[in-house]
Amino acid sequence: MPKMNLTHFEAALLFSLFTSVVLGVVTKRTDRDRLHYGAYTFACFLLALFGIGWLMYLGHG
Amino acid sequence: MAKEKEQKQPMPPVSAWGPAVALGWLVPGGGHFLLKRNGRGALLFAAVTSMFLCGLMMQGAMFQPQTGDLLTTLINTGGFIGNICSGMLYLLSVWFGYNVPDMAGHVHDYGTKFLVTAGLLNVLAMVDAYEIACGRKD
Repeated sequence: MPKMNLTHFEAALLFSLFTSVVLGVVTKRTDRDRLHYGAYTFACFLLALFGIGWLMYLGHG
Repeated sequence: MAKEKEQKQPMPPVSAWGPAVALGWLVPGGGHFLLKRNGRGALLFAAVTSMFLCGLMMQGAMFQPQTGDLLTTLINTGGFIGNICSGMLYLLSVWFGYNVPDMAGHVHDYGTKFLVTAGLLNVLAMVDAYEIACGRKD
């Protein structure tokens, strides 16, 4: 089994991508809504990723 | 008023949704394939399987059910259930002897979370397959 060595950011990005795809597929009723919801969820993940990242950076001093 | 809207729908017979849910557990997206939702099934299969494989390649640990204090029981048993929900992916990895101890390091830590989350996402896919099989969703 090949090994993966990812940074925090890369791992969180992958996590966001896979989770957004599943949430988009199972949540809404039309393909258009699914696509929108998947993109929205992914954007929320990214926002949280950068937001909390900066918060930790600034809070750490 | 609200209670009227939330009228309970009768539970459909197991024969209507059982095969789709069981196949959905065994193969991520399998329930959707059975119900002829091939595009959505393929997306679910790709996402859940990729997440599980990434978890394996990051050498995440599989949980074993343990009892002890409340937190230990909750984390280990909950994690074990999450792992099992991946279905065939979990069974194959165990049968092929995948057994990585819990190690320190952020990559392994992410790997462990990826493995559990793949199972939890598969639960969402199974619920979706159930709703489609029951006719509550198109």
